Amino acid sequence: MSFIVDRCRRLMLAAAIAAPLASVLPAHAADSFITVSSTTSTEQSGLFNFILPIFTKDSGIAVRVVALGTGQALDMARRGDADVVFVHDKAAEEKFIAEGFGVKRQEVMYNDFVLIGPKEDPAKVAGGKDITEALKKIEAAKASFVSRGDKSGTHAAELRLWKAAGIDLTTAKGPWYKDTGSGMGPALNSAAAMNAYILADRGTWLSFKNRQNLGIVVEGDKRLFNQYGVILVNPAKHPHVKVEAGQKFIDWVVSPSGQRAIAAYKIGDDQLFFPNAEKPVEKQADTKPTAKKK
Amino acid sequence: MNTFSDSLSTALALLLQADAHLYAIVGLSLRVSLLAVVIAAVFALPLGAMLAVARFPGSRALTVLINGFMGLPAVVVGLGVYLLLSRAGPLGELGLLFTPTAMSIAQAVLVFPLIAAITRQIIEDAWLEYTEQLQSLGASSWQSALTLLWDTRWSLSTVMLAGFGRAIAEVGAVMIVGGNIEGVTRVMTTAIALETSKGDMPLALGLGIVLLTLVLALNAIAHFIRSWAARNYR
Repeated sequence: MSFIVDRCRRLMLAAAIAAPLASVLPAHAADSFITVSSTTSTEQSGLFNFILPIFTKDSGIAVRVVALGTGQALDMARRGDADVVFVHDKAAEEKFIAEGFGVKRQEVMYNDFVLIGPKEDPAKVAGGKDITEALKKIEAAKASFVSRGDKSGTHAAELRLWKAAGIDLTTAKGPWYKDTGSGMGPALNSAAAMNAYILADRGTWLSFKNRQNLGIVVEGDKRLFNQYGVILVNPAKHPHVKVEAGQKFIDWVVSPSGQRAIAAYKIGDDQLFFPNAEKPVEKQADTKPTAKKK
Repeated sequence: MNTFSDSLSTALALLLQADAHLYAIVGLSLRVSLLAVVIAAVFALPLGAMLAVARFPGSRALTVLINGFMGLPAVVVGLGVYLLLSRAGPLGELGLLFTPTAMSIAQAVLVFPLIAAITRQIIEDAWLEYTEQLQSLGASSWQSALTLLWDTRWSLSTVMLAGFGRAIAEVGAVMIVGGNIEGVTRVMTTAIALETSKGDMPLALGLGIVLLTLVLALNAIAHFIRSWAARNYR
């Protein structure tokens, strides 16, 4: 019994020490904020650094971004640790909605994936427009290929493309296929170090600095399209979700001023993301989840 | 490759520019890790001292356990604290996830075994020397522990520095429980990890050099204070 009392005292002591120190820490945070779980591509490409200050200035709402792979970002929201998710894997997003964790999915913008490879191009795929042909050649040549392997949106897209190329990775996998289980940037660093092919989103590639001997080898295939969506986490599942502020953020991102901000973000002359939110609020959101039933 | 010389000049430029953004990150690193060491020490010092002077059921097992936990991986601590503080977790109501407080808690858990284990060793060595004196004075275990803690305070200050060093250097735990949110939970190590992700090696290594300089400066100050105090107040 005295042991418990003692522990309570200790905890109180710790709290007494921690509280004043802790209250000092987030001093510069705005009065209200939302937490957005998003992908490494939106953060590391610099998009959020560019558009979020504009939103915060307009609305007074600070946006705290936790950048993870799409799979992880959705899981974080499932646990109730985010107000809004901003990711790029339509199938996973629709599953998230179907499970009741999200209110509705709205499309925001797109960019595309590009196949990156070494200048020597051992699989002879450079300049091609057909991504599945290129993957077949890489597999046939057993040329080094780096995979994200982290259940991110880009990883999901890569797996879809291998499937579309008719290659079953479970049997085709060999030492040439390097499953790195890492984010886009670290995976690009690995590919640069190993002179390997890799599928990347264009935004991260454009802002990536350690390119060494790598360059774009295949781009422009329709199947490389990469759509981003935004979803408010369902307050019915997690009552503490900041519905009002979160909805304000979503409304802004799909609004003309939000869409303009996205289009205005450039590195050099390259625009990284292309806004494509629907103009008026359509009832499309009601039909989508039911259309994709298992 | 001239990445190393690039990093050195980047680090120098970062330090000279006195960039407010960088100083905010440095400041947060310091505050988070100092708070972590304070929290850990409040529990670890008494525990370590008691394990040295008193024998109670399970004290040996506890000693082995604490020694073993010095090797606790930071990511595991991060994951554990994340699951506790997550909204779906038992302490989710507090809303502490992705705050500097959460980062301090994780680092405190990480350095607690280190401080407790080394404290125990230091106090035990002192205890072997002073057992008879303390017992002849009729000191209880608690009194002996407190006396020895005070007596070995100079050695224990090095333990604190070791704890602080481990806390400020780790990235696995703060990345998970802090989320590396810009302006809120981004510290030196997570900033370095982020710049590495972006492929900006010179900036990443430059930040690393800044962090190292900071830790060295702090140790130098601690060393100076310690030798000064030891000369004047021993």
